[in-house]
Amino acid sequence: MPMRSGRDGFGEAMLALGASDPRVVALCADLTEAIRLEAFARAYPGRFVQMGVAEQDMIGTAAGLALSGLIPFAATFAVFAAHRANEQVRMAVCYNRANVKIAVSHGGLSVGEDGATHQALEDIAAMRAMPGMTVLVPADADEAYAATLAAAERTGPVYLRVGRTPVPVVTAGAAPFEVGRARLLAQGEDATIVACGIMVERSLRASELLLARGMRVRVLDMHTVKPLDVDALERAAAETGCLVTAEEHSVLGGLGGAVAEVLAERCPVPLVRVGTRDTFGESGPPDALLEKYGLTPRRIAEAVELAVQRKGEGPAAGGRPQG
Amino acid sequence: MVASSQSGHPGGSLGAVELMAVLYFERLRHRPDEPDWEERDRFVLSNGHICPVLYACLARTGYFPAEELLTFRRIGSRLQGHPSRVDLPGIETSSGPLGQGLSIAVGMALGARMARRASRVYCLVGDGEMQEGQFWEAAMTAGHYRIDGLLLVVSDNGLQIDGEVDKVKRLEPVADKLRAFGWAVESIDGHDVAAIRRALDAGANRSGAPTAVIARTIMGKGVSFMENRSVWHGKAPTLEEARLALEEIGASPAFSDLPFDPVPEGARADA
Repeated sequence: MPMRSGRDGFGEAMLALGASDPRVVALCADLTEAIRLEAFARAYPGRFVQMGVAEQDMIGTAAGLALSGLIPFAATFAVFAAHRANEQVRMAVCYNRANVKIAVSHGGLSVGEDGATHQALEDIAAMRAMPGMTVLVPADADEAYAATLAAAERTGPVYLRVGRTPVPVVTAGAAPFEVGRARLLAQGEDATIVACGIMVERSLRASELLLARGMRVRVLDMHTVKPLDVDALERAAAETGCLVTAEEHSVLGGLGGAVAEVLAERCPVPLVRVGTRDTFGESGPPDALLEKYGLTPRRIAEAVELAVQRKGEGPAAGGRPQG
Repeated sequence: MVASSQSGHPGGSLGAVELMAVLYFERLRHRPDEPDWEERDRFVLSNGHICPVLYACLARTGYFPAEELLTFRRIGSRLQGHPSRVDLPGIETSSGPLGQGLSIAVGMALGARMARRASRVYCLVGDGEMQEGQFWEAAMTAGHYRIDGLLLVVSDNGLQIDGEVDKVKRLEPVADKLRAFGWAVESIDGHDVAAIRRALDAGANRSGAPTAVIARTIMGKGVSFMENRSVWHGKAPTLEEARLALEEIGASPAFSDLPFDPVPEGARADA
C-alpha cells in the first residue's frame, strides 16, 4: 500500500483549490515546505502570503483577509496555531466568525525527534472549546485532500490537523467524506473503536488482531471531532455495547473527552480512551514514541478487550484504572 | 453612554473625538445604509475599549438610531462593552484584546490589494497597546509588503491603566521605531482638526509605504477633571460628573434627543 502523509494530501488539495476558487489564499509562517505549500506558492504567488516567524500576526492577517471576502488557509505547526496564537484564534477568527481555515501539521508524538516542545497533544482540546470552530483530523492523505476541499467549502472557522508521517491510505473504499459524518471502515458488533488521524489506521490493525481472537470490532473514522457525529456514537453504543477512542493527543478534552461527554449524557456504556495521559512527549523516532506512549494497535486491542470485559460487569465496574 | 450604563472607558474615547470625527464624517468612504458595500474603506478600532466614540460616530452617521447608544453595555445590546462585529453593522472587526487590530487591518489591506479594490484601511491604536508584541509583528508585515492604502493612527495620550507609559514600560521613540519598520510617519496634534486632515490626506495619497499618524492626544480631552488622569481610562463618571462633563464639552443640547435612563450609580462597583 502506498505510504503518504496527510500534509501531502493537504498540499495537493490546496493546489486544486488554487485553480478552482480564486478566493482561496494561503498564509505561512516560515514553514512553507513543511506544510507542503511550495507548489501553491509557486503557482499562485499573488495569493500566497509569507508571514515570517509570526503566528499571532498570521492569524490576525488571515482574519482580515477573510473579512475582505477571501478564504484564507493559515498554515503552521499545531502548537504555534492552537497554542501560541490561541487568543488570536479566539477573537480575530472565532468571535468574528471569520471564514479562516487554520491548517496545521505536526500534531502529536509523530513529530518525533523535535521533542515535546513541538508535539501538540492538547491542540484538539483547545480548538474544540472555541465557539463555532469546526475541528477536522483526517486519517490519511486521501482524507486530508477531501477534508481540505470540504474546509474551503464550509463557511466559518475550521481547524484542520493533518498528519506529518506517511501512513497507508485506509479510507479509499469508504463512503464520501462529509464534515460531521463518521466513516465506517470496519463492521463489527462486539465493540467500536472511534479514532481520528493516524490512529485510524492503527485501529484497523487492532481490529485485525482482535478478529484473530474471534472478536468483531467496528471501526469509525471520526475525522470530524467537532461537530461530533452523535448519531454514529449512539448507534455504536446501542449495537456494540462499548467503545474505545484512539487519538494522537491527550485523552483530556480531545476525541476521547468529546466521546465521553456524549456517552455520559446520552447512552452510558463502557468507554476506554487511548491517547496520551496528562503528559508531554519527548524526542525519539516516531514509531518508538508511539510505542512508548501506548498508541499502538496492540494497546488499542487491549483497550477493546477491557471495554468488552466491562460490558459484562454492569454499571458497578467504574473503579478500574484505565489504559 | 458611559454614565448611562455606569460602566466603560471615557478617557480614551474623549481623547480620540477629533480623530474619529474627521475619519467618520469626512474621510472614510462608506455607506451607512449599505454597511457591506464592497468598495468601502475599512476602519479597525484596535483599542476596542474606546468604542463609545466609535458607537457615537456610527450612530451619528446613520448606521443605527442614536437612542440605541444608551443600550451600551446592557444585557441584550448590540453595543457590546468591546465591539462585536457579528452584532453591530458598521463594525469591521471585533476588538478589545490589545495589539491585534493592526494584523487584521493588514489582512484587509492585502485583501483589497488582491481584489484590486481601491479601499483604504484605517486602524486606530492606543499607545499603550504598542507594548504588545503582535503590534510590531504586524508593523513589520506592513513595512515589508509596502502596504500603501493602510493608515495607522496612534492615539498617543501617554497614559495606560497603571500610569504613564514612560514609567510603566517606555515606548519612545515610537516614530523612529515605525520608520525603521518601513513606515512613513506624520506626527501631529491629535486635537487639531486641520492637522488631522492634512496627515490623513498625505497618508491616503502615499504609495509604496504604509503611513502612521502619531497623534498626540489628551486623555479625557475637554473635561477639566478628566484630562490627563489615567484613572479615567476605565471608570464611569457619576451622573453629576457626567452632567458637568457634558456642560464643559458644550454638548448637552446635542444629547437631549436621547432618552436617559441610567443604571443607578454604584450598581456596578466592579473593578
